[in-house]
Amino acid sequence: MAAELRVLRQRIRSVKSTQKITRAYELIATSRIPKSQARMTAARPYAEEITNVLSTLAESSTLDHPLVVPRERPKRAGVLLVTSDKGMCGGYNSGVIKAAEELQSLLREQGKEPVLYVVGRKGLGYYTFRHRPVAASWTGFSEIPHYTDAATVGKTLVEAFMGGTDDNADGAGADGVVGVDELHVVYTEYRSMLTQTPVARQIAPLEVEYGVESDRPKPSYEFEPDAETLFGALLPKYVNTRLFSALLQAATSELASRQRAMKAATDNANELLRTYSLRANQARQAQITQEISEIVGGANALAAAGSDE
Amino acid sequence: MAEMSVELVAVERRLWSGTATMVIARTTEGEIGILPRHIPLLGELIEGGVVEIRTSDGETVRAAVHGGFLSVTADGVSILAESAELAGEIDVKQARADLEQGDDKARLRAAGRLQAAGQAV
Repeated sequence: MAAELRVLRQRIRSVKSTQKITRAYELIATSRIPKSQARMTAARPYAEEITNVLSTLAESSTLDHPLVVPRERPKRAGVLLVTSDKGMCGGYNSGVIKAAEELQSLLREQGKEPVLYVVGRKGLGYYTFRHRPVAASWTGFSEIPHYTDAATVGKTLVEAFMGGTDDNADGAGADGVVGVDELHVVYTEYRSMLTQTPVARQIAPLEVEYGVESDRPKPSYEFEPDAETLFGALLPKYVNTRLFSALLQAATSELASRQRAMKAATDNANELLRTYSLRANQARQAQITQEISEIVGGANALAAAGSDE
Repeated sequence: MAEMSVELVAVERRLWSGTATMVIARTTEGEIGILPRHIPLLGELIEGGVVEIRTSDGETVRAAVHGGFLSVTADGVSILAESAELAGEIDVKQARADLEQGDDKARLRAAGRLQAAGQAV
């Protein structure tokens, strides 16, 4: 009896400290979500402007930059997977990893060999644990990504993609770099506080969104320097912008998932605490009752023994 | 006086937007001043450049712009930058330190920032 009470009290202590931790994580995530959302909103004007500029350029010059032309026979496809650095966020990482696996098997079916690039410690851990090759990885900024992070990732990806332009069937082409012919990004899209869905998007070859055709004649543009050079300088920046927006969405999704997972954990802990305290109280009561009945029984026995004499 | 709408946006935030009477920037081809009703233009700005916006209120907004583009359309002018700082936000001490120690690119940026902050380089 006393042993059961002790065990229960121990368990209550342990659940209480776990609950404190999950509660703290929940509060931290909750306080960071608005900031992350604000960063998403703040990044939007640039993304819109660069899309505008790019579609204007696309209308007034011929598009034959390698970043926009689909390769004839794509052999290798780069897949960038965006995961979190920390756990404690429910099904966030497993969801996005599953989406990446699906994309990879789809690419294999199409006869393309997937090449993996990973952002975030969790995704990296997943692949290194399974001894699967990762072409490059970046960690340490999953919660608060900056544009410079996106630019670093983008530089590697664009280089790999440009390196793939002259690849032939046997491997590396004239430049000796084995590149990729397509680039995809898999991340968790932030729809609302309640829905975040893992999505796979193609980032190269780019699909430039053309503006709505208007009836009035298109203004002729002046370019400084010429359109080709401008296009070459703008496209990698556009890729970076796309990556940056993916990273920002993934960060917000991570926080939202963490907040939800930690809220569920805290609620569970509270529920457990309630059951355990009930059982502990019952055990304490039972112990007291038993002690009383033992004393009463003992006294009665003594009294009975006394009357016999 | 004729006016045009101007937007100065960096990747992580919008720095300034409003109406202006003139925008001065330096593209890879040379310095350019843009007045309202300028013909459509797309230009790449030089690294560590300074953009000056003369607002309709008669004030002057200066900003250091890195990795930027300038787009002039019938609707107005937009300046896109990978990173940009308004003159008031520039940490002059930090810029001076960068100017002395950093590599070529950092020095170029630092020079642009100092210039935007109205300091002699």
